[in-house]
Amino acid sequence: MIVAQRKTIPDLLAIVEKHKKLLVLGCGTCVTVCLAGGQREVSIIASALRMAAKLKGLQLEVGEATIERQCDNVFLEQPAETVKDHDAVLSLGCGAGVQALAERYTGKPVYAGLDTAFIGILEERGIWAEKCAACGSCVLHLYGGICPVTRCAKHMLNGPCSGSTEDHCEVDTARPCAWQLIYQRLKSIGQIDQLKQTKPPKNWRTSLSGGCRTIVREDHRV
Amino acid sequence: METETFQPKILAFCCHYCAYSSADLAGSMRIQYPPNVRIIRTPCTGRLETEYFMKALENGADGVLVAGCLEGGCHFVEGNLCAKRRVNYTRDLLVEIGLEKDRIRMVNISAAMARPLADTITDMVETVRKLGPNPIKRNGAPKPENHS
Repeated sequence: MIVAQRKTIPDLLAIVEKHKKLLVLGCGTCVTVCLAGGQREVSIIASALRMAAKLKGLQLEVGEATIERQCDNVFLEQPAETVKDHDAVLSLGCGAGVQALAERYTGKPVYAGLDTAFIGILEERGIWAEKCAACGSCVLHLYGGICPVTRCAKHMLNGPCSGSTEDHCEVDTARPCAWQLIYQRLKSIGQIDQLKQTKPPKNWRTSLSGGCRTIVREDHRV
Repeated sequence: METETFQPKILAFCCHYCAYSSADLAGSMRIQYPPNVRIIRTPCTGRLETEYFMKALENGADGVLVAGCLEGGCHFVEGNLCAKRRVNYTRDLLVEIGLEKDRIRMVNISAAMARPLADTITDMVETVRKLGPNPIKRNGAPKPENHS
């Protein structure tokens, strides 16, 4: 899922303070699961904004709504009337959700209430970790299902950097060394030979170069 | 000119299995505590969410007291520990908003601790009295909208 975290209340207030009637719009998908932008967070952030605005002497009315998915046009129609009724929208969706809203509601200011961080999973209660960098050319089959592009701090593709201490990364000692994990994993599934093949430098053209990436499926187009 | 002493309104979320019973015991033992608290019985403090605390303060409570079981003694194993983390999160959020974090406090009280409960309430009332009235209600407590 996409993992995000909320901006601070002073930052949010600075973004929205020029408006009189604001809609805080949550998303019921990834950001609900990572406890950043679901119905509950909408309620908390709206309350916090109302109080912070009042303390600053601002006239700010804050409405609340949450839709199933902000990054899907099908669900974007749902809050149309509510959006129309407000001066601006503070989206608690990921970056994709914010942009989808802005494209759908032309002429209505749409702001990001969250900092979208990464594609990751819940590792343990209250801790999310990045697992995928969306590089556009997956190499997980070569590394036993553990991504060195994302999880190795130096993106090493041909073995560890030798800087790890007691199986932990030298860049962030709280995190395990990805290459230690890859080695153990390949050994346990009998594919340690994978490491004998030298991998060529990664082709980054499929990643964040050349602007917005698109995928076209002709078989699904109408 | 004579000024009236500020009488804070404190909302006390009390766990059914401990603090609420100790408040009951305080009554039976004729132990006095300030009438500034409005007690809300909850099945467990783990049931309380951050938005409850926010709404309480937004709607004009001067302070919020969360009273759960002693650590290790929760009827639902770790509800009071969840509440403790949520209260701490709310305290940080209040600082971001510009309110005093001492307007919310978590305490651990067993069902037999009637006297400590009364002392805790007295202390909370005095703390909030020093902080003064909740500035949010200066212009009347806002009525939050809900469009969902």
